[in-house]
Amino acid sequence: MRRVLFELLDVSLARGERRVLDSVSVGIPEGATAIVGPSGAGKSTLLRLLNRLADPDAGTISYRDRPLDSYDPLALRREVSLVPQLPALLEGTVASNIAYAARLAGKPAGPEHCLRLAGLDPDFAARDVSKLSVGEQQRAMLARALVQEPAVLLLDEPTSALDHAARDAIEATLAELRRELEISVVLVSHDPEQARRLGDWVVRMQEGRVTDSGPLAEVLA
Amino acid sequence: MSTSIHVSTGQVAATLALVALAAAISLWRKADLERDIGIATLRSFVQLTAIGYVITLIFEADTLWLVLALLVVMVVFGALTARSRAKKVPGAFWPLLVALATAGATTLGLVVALGVFEATARYLVPVGGMVIGNAMTASAVALNRLGDEMEDSRGRIEATLALGATATEAAAPSVRRALRSGMIALVDSTKTTGLIFFPGTMVGMLLAGADPTDAVRLQLILLYALLGSVAIAGLVATTLAYRNFFTPAQQLREL
Ligand SMILES: Nc1ncnc2c1ncn2[C@@H]1O[C@H](COP(=O)(O)OP(=O)(O)OP(=O)(O)O)[C@@H](O)[C@H]1O
Ligand SMILES: [Mg+2]
Repeated sequence: MRRVLFELLDVSLARGERRVLDSVSVGIPEGATAIVGPSGAGKSTLLRLLNRLADPDAGTISYRDRPLDSYDPLALRREVSLVPQLPALLEGTVASNIAYAARLAGKPAGPEHCLRLAGLDPDFAARDVSKLSVGEQQRAMLARALVQEPAVLLLDEPTSALDHAARDAIEATLAELRRELEISVVLVSHDPEQARRLGDWVVRMQEGRVTDSGPLAEVLA
Repeated sequence: MSTSIHVSTGQVAATLALVALAAAISLWRKADLERDIGIATLRSFVQLTAIGYVITLIFEADTLWLVLALLVVMVVFGALTARSRAKKVPGAFWPLLVALATAGATTLGLVVALGVFEATARYLVPVGGMVIGNAMTASAVALNRLGDEMEDSRGRIEATLALGATATEAAAPSVRRALRSGMIALVDSTKTTGLIFFPGTMVGMLLAGADPTDAVRLQLILLYALLGSVAIAGLVATTLAYRNFFTPAQQLREL
């Protein structure tokens, strides 16, 4: 089997009365992992734990065989980049957002390249983010994450607001990133077909629990 | 500037007619404020009368320790009052306390050091009261806005943290807007002062029979001092308070 990227052991998280994650134990290998399950299953919550936007109430998470909390959270987030479910760009232009992310990661800000990777035309760089459609914002968010050249991309339903053409472009980019830069991807998706197209490992969740996980062929047979 | 006038209790009682008018309007138009008008009238009477006696005592004693004690009490009550207007900010009391104390100490310290006022009870008590009062309003408005901003911008702040930004960087736009809204009221009213309204000190001095030039100069001194104190209070309050929204691991707290 491939090397394990994330290892979760008995991870639980409550919000109010609700057990949002309930003793989750699962391994996520390098490569492309799809997290699937119905709405409210805890998929986004799980993803947020992986770059420490939140910490579990109980249980342990490790990343590349080291406890997640032994990493500096800022450095971890630049290496393990999360693109949230709801687009939330900073005020300004697409280019200023990309430059901001590049500066944080100490990377050169080349908006054209990452815009193209995210399926956006380069003249989007000068556009004001408040005047973008949701689908365009989603792709600008992805472009902003890509400029940081992360080793792992955590994508929360990155194509939920896109039409088929735009979705296909993003899926092609993700396949290419994996092939050429060996970026690992953890992708939350509502759509089993997307998981089939992109994932080689699948984690299935329901009501805060992992009900199944394994190679694509076994879980989504 | 040694003017003095005498105001009788009868004159005060006579103006209650206007309070009655206010209550009548509220009753007539069902604004449902009669009770509050009553409470406000009573409280202002009791509080100002009490503070009047306290100030008389302090003026007579003329020791700086008593002045300092009164200013400390104002700072503490100011911070408590401001906290009740910043309910969405966790642990708002300490930032507010430090903000009011810093604003009061710096502003009074500077006007005394620059030789504008003497360090005596007669100057420090009223000027201190105004400085701390305005600092309180400004920091309450700033933290109230900060609470709203942090609530409304959760998604954006988390998305920024997810890029590896620090809490300070992620909160910067919210902190900037909060500070701005704390300061803007005084800046705007300073712009229009004399055109649309006459500030209180000037009115008071004119009523007391002072020379208009003196009244204007004193008012300008106070307005400029207040601008400084409001800026310091807003800066200190927002800078200390935004941290309470984050954990040491640069996560946005669940509230
Ligand atoms: N801060 C919170 N307070 C209360 N409940 C929360 C909080 N965060 C998440 N939840 C609840 O936890 C559950 C899981 O949420 P999560 O966002 O992880 O679901 P999801 O699987 O990503 O769903 P979707 O597919 O709709 O995005 C939901 O029922 C949600 O209401
Ligand atoms: Mg979700």
